[in-house]
Amino acid sequence: MSKKTNTIASALIVALFLILLNLLVWFRVIGEYTSQVLTIAGINAIIALGLNLISGFTGQLALGHAGFMAVGAYTTAALLMKVNLPMALAVLGGALMSALFGFLIGLPTLRLRGDYLAIVTLGFGEIIRVLMINLPELTGGPAGLKGIPTYTTNFAWRPVIPFALVYLALTLVVVLLNNLLNSSHGAAIVSIREDEIAANAMGVNVFYYKLFAFTLSAFIGGLGGALYAPFFGYLSPNMFNFQKSVEFLIIVVLGGMGNLTGTVVAGIGLTYLQEILRFLKDYRLVIYPVILIIVMLFQPSGIMGLFGNKEFSLTRLVSKMLGEKPLGGEESSDKAGEVQ
Amino acid sequence: MTVLKTENLSIQFGGLMAVANLNLDVKKGELIGLIGPNGAGKTTVFNMLTGVYKPTAGRILVQDRTGQLQDISRLHPYQITALGMARTFQNIRLFKNLTVLDNVRIGNHLNVKYNSVTGIFRLPGYYREQKRIDEECRALLKIFEIEHKSDELAKNLPYGEQRKLEIVRALATKPHILLLDEPAAGMNPQETLELMDLIKYIRERFDLTIILIEHDMKLVMGICERIVVLNYGRTIACGTPAEVAHDPLVIKAYLGKELENGA
Amino acid sequence: MAFLQQLCQQTLNGLSLGSIYALLALGYTMVYGVVKLINFAHGDILMVGAFVGYFVLKKWGITPVNLMLSFLPAMLFCMILGVLIEKVCYKPLRNQPRINALITAIGVSFFLENGARVLPFIGPNPRVFPTLPVVNYRLFGINISQVQILIFIVAIGLMLILNYIINHTKTGKAMQAVSFDKGAAALMGINVDRIISFTFALGSSLGAAAGILFASAYPQIEPYMGIMPGMKAFIAAVFGGIGSIPGAMLGGIILGVAETLTKGFLSSQLADAIAFGLLILILVVKPSGLLGKPMGEKV
Repeated sequence: MSKKTNTIASALIVALFLILLNLLVWFRVIGEYTSQVLTIAGINAIIALGLNLISGFTGQLALGHAGFMAVGAYTTAALLMKVNLPMALAVLGGALMSALFGFLIGLPTLRLRGDYLAIVTLGFGEIIRVLMINLPELTGGPAGLKGIPTYTTNFAWRPVIPFALVYLALTLVVVLLNNLLNSSHGAAIVSIREDEIAANAMGVNVFYYKLFAFTLSAFIGGLGGALYAPFFGYLSPNMFNFQKSVEFLIIVVLGGMGNLTGTVVAGIGLTYLQEILRFLKDYRLVIYPVILIIVMLFQPSGIMGLFGNKEFSLTRLVSKMLGEKPLGGEESSDKAGEVQ
Repeated sequence: MTVLKTENLSIQFGGLMAVANLNLDVKKGELIGLIGPNGAGKTTVFNMLTGVYKPTAGRILVQDRTGQLQDISRLHPYQITALGMARTFQNIRLFKNLTVLDNVRIGNHLNVKYNSVTGIFRLPGYYREQKRIDEECRALLKIFEIEHKSDELAKNLPYGEQRKLEIVRALATKPHILLLDEPAAGMNPQETLELMDLIKYIRERFDLTIILIEHDMKLVMGICERIVVLNYGRTIACGTPAEVAHDPLVIKAYLGKELENGA
Repeated sequence: MAFLQQLCQQTLNGLSLGSIYALLALGYTMVYGVVKLINFAHGDILMVGAFVGYFVLKKWGITPVNLMLSFLPAMLFCMILGVLIEKVCYKPLRNQPRINALITAIGVSFFLENGARVLPFIGPNPRVFPTLPVVNYRLFGINISQVQILIFIVAIGLMLILNYIINHTKTGKAMQAVSFDKGAAALMGINVDRIISFTFALGSSLGAAAGILFASAYPQIEPYMGIMPGMKAFIAAVFGGIGSIPGAMLGGIILGVAETLTKGFLSSQLADAIAFGLLILILVVKPSGLLGKPMGEKV
């Protein structure tokens, strides 16, 4: 009984929080520039969550999530511009196309030892970029694709709608991923990271679950890109280079591999930090890899490792605040409240 | 009734014949010991039975859930587990960073009745099924008296309990044949005695056929009805504990040539 | 006739490019052999080697003798760099999940590239590598340039030396032993840490040599120049069978020839895509590569 009330209470809190944030954006308490940075931060967090699913939870390093983002973004743009699909369908189409790419790449490579996925996804990311440059009818070529229909042209709504949509999507991704990972199927996925041979011996169809996780991961990466296209209104192949893929990896590593809370915190935090550090120019490019190396050497479980690798759980917090005994299960943890 | 049968099962690694012409015929409910000196090929036999290694020659027949004997020599490990044969590992292979309960839940994986979409959206039936799985897993842990450690990480359990957890995890797959690879390794005599009782108990309780590899002769001789002795990949003896213990080939294999000269 | 001539010409060009890939692929394969790590930073060693050669030749002036001599400081510098990277970044992670070392390798790769970019005396802009005046020799209607001859001599020379080290010296044999079974090698009294350092030193110095050769053939050098050759050399190593030294040489040559033939007869933009297509193909058909041995995990 009280478990249910807690879940409902948590959902309400999240909803109120999202509405409050949007009101702040609406009344420009959060300025347009900041809200844009936060929107991109939300998109980065979404893609990084996708990457964390395959790399952090399944234990297979993927290095081409900028490629999935590109597939999602360009597909959505094409669906909007050439087919005139409604926005929601175009975004969904972008994510689905990316999932298809993930499935096709995973099919030959995921049977092999994990290292190969890293190099094949890396190659995929680069090939996608080269393809985008060489398909000018569809992508505008190296000059980029201009004039993608945006979410809204209304001045008052301009910063609010993308912000609201992105954070709604982020909330959904977090909740649904968390649901998956707490289910028996999620346990099967994590068992692959822990010990592939033992997982196989326990009846886990390792290849199937790897492919499932990778396809879902590509879907989420594509979703991020799909949300990005109508927000920014302009795409260029060089936005989706290897550097970008590594940025997602840094978010996952810094937040903690296999921890959703950490990815959201690091995704939003790092993107915001990136804006603050703009004055450093190219030196930023040196700081990132140093972060990666230092985290791996000294704190491989990332920032959430400092908190015992636990996920932040709103329901737990609610039940604590209501003065109840903490419930055993880590039900429905929801991290949309992590903004700032 | 035969539940597991191997016909001239052999495997070669490069030039080395690790197991040669192994013929086993295991009847339902038997408790068989597989023994032999180090490097005799015992674990390799398990690895072939469970699909980790593919045999170079020969066949393995296992009774599936419908009672038919099925050739499994080309199946993947997870398919063999699904047929009803589960194993433990000599060098413990638990999911170290997961909780004890999660380890067992993964063992129970094949009996999950909802699909991943139901899991993601928590569709109707999810909570009921999840509760059932939870209760089943905890009941198994209770048999081995580690239920109170359900929420601890597997890596934090003491060695003996990790061995027990491996058995629980294998049992969670609902096997009718259980392969135990040195279940008593690293246990003290008291723990080994308790383990013997437990193995006998689970055989009755879950209607199991058990094959175990073990170095602890007391355990093997104490509970096995039949013993197969391997040396250099070849079967050198097979019979009751008493027969095997007096077999000259076995004595030679274990004690070496000195015995011949000395005795 | 003209077609045949062009075919031979492109094959020759492919052989010279392939020799460079082979030198680089050797570094990937040897390191993978002893520590089971894809050293993502190895391609950037090529870049570092090229820049060391650049500065040395700027100072000394470009003559055939100086060009040959420039290999020494470049190889020495990268040797030290390679060992340093291993000691600082990879060694502490040897007993952790493999994905951790892989991620660190990416970090190192980015650090080298972007580090070079912000270093005031290197910077992001391409520089022109000093080259000898172009001299072409004609043999049966096929052009062979001075640079190509240099590439063949250096590549073959270095591979012969490598072959001697690996098969005829104690350290080389120890390397093979470590590659076969680290634990058993340690029990046999082999200092595994020292052998791993030695492997990185050997691989990195070959990478540096590949860098100077690559820069002599394509005289534009910049911080990101190592990425593509690095990736192709890795593919070459996988193609030949990762862990196998003759495999890396063969794979490099095949990849180089495939690339120039694609560029010559199909499309230059497709060349990179073909390399990756080849990788996927070999992974599907024969994951252990042409000369590699199938590897299974011990249970």
